[in-house]
Amino acid sequence: MAPATVIPEEIELINTGSGGGNDRISVPRRPGGGGNGGDGGVPRGGGGDAAVPQRAYMTGMTVALAGILMFFMALVSAYIVRKGFPNGGWQPLEPPRILWLTTLVLLASSATIVMARRKMEDHDDAGFRYWWRVTIVLGLLFLAGQLLAWRELVHAGVYLSSNPSSSFFYLFTAAHGLHLLGGLIALVAVDRMRHPRHLTLGTASEVVAVYWHFMDGLWVFLFLLLIVGR
Amino acid sequence: MSSQAHAAPHVGAAPTGFVRKYIFSVDHKVIGIQYYLLALSAVAVGIFLSLLMRLHLAWPTMHLPGFVGGLMTPEQYLSLVTMHGTIMIFFVLTTAPQSGFGNYFLPIQIGAPDMAFPVINMLSFWVTFVAFVFMLGAFFVPGGAPLGGWTNYPPLSGLGEITGPGEGMGETFWLISISLFCLASLMGALNFIATTIDLRAPGMSLMRMPLTVWAWLVTAILGLLAFGVLLAAGILLLLDRGAGTSFFIPAGVVVSDTVQNHSGGSPLLWQHLFWFFGHPEVYIAILPGMGVASHVLSTFSRKPVFGYKAMVYALCAIGFLGFMVWGHHMFVSGMSPYSGLAFSFLTLAIGVPSAIKTFNWLGTLWGGRIQFTTPMLYALGFVSLFVSGGLSGIFLAQPAVDLYLHDTYFVVAHFHLIMGVAAIFGIFAATYFWFPKMFGRMMNDTLGRLHFWITFIGVYCIFMPMHFIGIVGHPRRYADSTGVNYLATPLLHHAHVFMTVAALVTATAQLLFFFNFFWSLKWGAKASENPWHATTLEWTIPSPPPHDNFGGNYPTVYRGPYEFSVPGAQDDFIPQNLTPAQAGQAR
Repeated sequence: MAPATVIPEEIELINTGSGGGNDRISVPRRPGGGGNGGDGGVPRGGGGDAAVPQRAYMTGMTVALAGILMFFMALVSAYIVRKGFPNGGWQPLEPPRILWLTTLVLLASSATIVMARRKMEDHDDAGFRYWWRVTIVLGLLFLAGQLLAWRELVHAGVYLSSNPSSSFFYLFTAAHGLHLLGGLIALVAVDRMRHPRHLTLGTASEVVAVYWHFMDGLWVFLFLLLIVGR
Repeated sequence: MSSQAHAAPHVGAAPTGFVRKYIFSVDHKVIGIQYYLLALSAVAVGIFLSLLMRLHLAWPTMHLPGFVGGLMTPEQYLSLVTMHGTIMIFFVLTTAPQSGFGNYFLPIQIGAPDMAFPVINMLSFWVTFVAFVFMLGAFFVPGGAPLGGWTNYPPLSGLGEITGPGEGMGETFWLISISLFCLASLMGALNFIATTIDLRAPGMSLMRMPLTVWAWLVTAILGLLAFGVLLAAGILLLLDRGAGTSFFIPAGVVVSDTVQNHSGGSPLLWQHLFWFFGHPEVYIAILPGMGVASHVLSTFSRKPVFGYKAMVYALCAIGFLGFMVWGHHMFVSGMSPYSGLAFSFLTLAIGVPSAIKTFNWLGTLWGGRIQFTTPMLYALGFVSLFVSGGLSGIFLAQPAVDLYLHDTYFVVAHFHLIMGVAAIFGIFAATYFWFPKMFGRMMNDTLGRLHFWITFIGVYCIFMPMHFIGIVGHPRRYADSTGVNYLATPLLHHAHVFMTVAALVTATAQLLFFFNFFWSLKWGAKASENPWHATTLEWTIPSPPPHDNFGGNYPTVYRGPYEFSVPGAQDDFIPQNLTPAQAGQAR
């Protein structure tokens, strides 16, 4: 048990940092920011502090990524087990060449989102918008490239059910693509944030960027697995 | 804007429309009650299904209403097994203690105005609701409910209608329901973890959190890491069923003289993925009960929890080990004996933190001024059931013993006591304990005690004999043992009749609970702010709590959660938000 008596000096105060955003990033905040707290359009009372500290969004994202990682690791372990299963009928699948290109595009998009965040730290709003939108375009290009890869396989007569290797190929690309599509939607949402309420632009862009980098790294891992582990 | 909770955070005005207030509410308290009511509906269905099974087991030729020709077919029996297990595990044992009470009390106990992400919280409930609708829908589709058990092993579950009436549409509904449930649970876990990390009141350090909060936190971490794996497995199985892939279905499976068009999949792969989720799921069901038991035992012994830190570390250890023991569900799968040995050792190792918890509960009781209120009785019942069910777990953790007992009623007895009934007792303890706070009225204590004693004796009468018929070799999941020579003894028949009667009596006694619950909602005695003289933050606010929980006065925490009978203090309890001066402790 904790000691029975605690003198006030011993009370640990849990501070949230600057509250209005992130310690490192200070985006000029619109007047009255935080006056309308809420994470999804729930009207809340005016003035004063908001209920959720900004860091909770990053905590939430970190936790969500742990869950997403477990989902993909389950698929990856299934891939490894299924491939090694005796008499499993596994035929190695050569990933379409275009994936090298899409991988480069996705890596580039991670670089552009870093640029966007730097511009934001320099209070360069136009620069932030520019690089942020370049990231969106690169993300769209990546997804289009993934679809082309599918088309190439379909033309070659390789379908979802042709072989366990192709099943996993479609599954990995589809699951990753869906997650990336979610990231794209978030990128667009951040771009369209005109009147941030409780969630500041600084926090939102940081959280989305972390997600984007994660999806980038995840893709590189899956791509390597599909090549090296085929 | 320098600190969060302390400097008057606000949740804004309460919504006034019925829909925003009670249906699509983002208030964690309403969502908690919604989850609880969902679980209450689910448990009614689950009990009903188990009674049908028990009646059939005792009197196989008995005519039951609702079955074609009045007789239950073996396939229908398997459907009942499947749906009873699935509904109870997912929609009762996962839903009520964690999502129900956790949603309601976690933010209040840490001094927060709401969950970190209220809209995700609402989504999580409504996705669970849709999942429940799909699950119940499986009864009404052509072919009826699936046959695969709650573990849903392929190839039976992967081949469609050809393997049984419920394996067509019903099985697809089952898989969709479970996948949705996974999504909802992931969203819930996300909220629980972020809230606990970031929304604690000033002074609410980790080691001052009530053990209930610790239990909900560890459970949420387990859910976060486990449900994604089940979701992945569910998607693979859906593809095997619908898209012609072969993840789980081996080559050359012959069903009804037809060779199935699959190649080289591994049914064992499903077992591994499923149990990697399935074992943590067992702890997802029981850990919140442990938290509630600790909380209630301390309150009604008027003593601090014995070894608070050890309790916290034991919770974490159980959660950690829980991810490394899934193989003990698969001793009979033909796995390598060396893996079996490793899984066996790790499983036995869970006995250590479990024993720490048990002895600390006894240590909490020791020398206490015990008040036998209804929630206290249920907490004591929880400890009893946890020990009874846990001991048989030590038997089953050993591969050599498990090989014999695995497919017998011994296992049914084990998991019902440790996970089913113990967790239900945790739910009951929580209900009787927190009902006054949630609804502002007391539940009837006399009815509560009556309900406790019938239920407590009843569940032992149902499940203890199962150990014996299991050791005799009675296989589980058999609809009917007629014609099996060694089972056709009068003694076994009498045992079945005894258990069925006990089940009927116990189920009937639950009407007392339902009556007490709904009657007290309207006519129960008014509850004060702190009827149990308890110490945690939920007892410092009105019953029921205002919309933003603390009416604008967000608490600062000055002490640990269980300061009962502190020498020199005015009262025998000191709420967590009292300053040393207010507590009247001279220094």
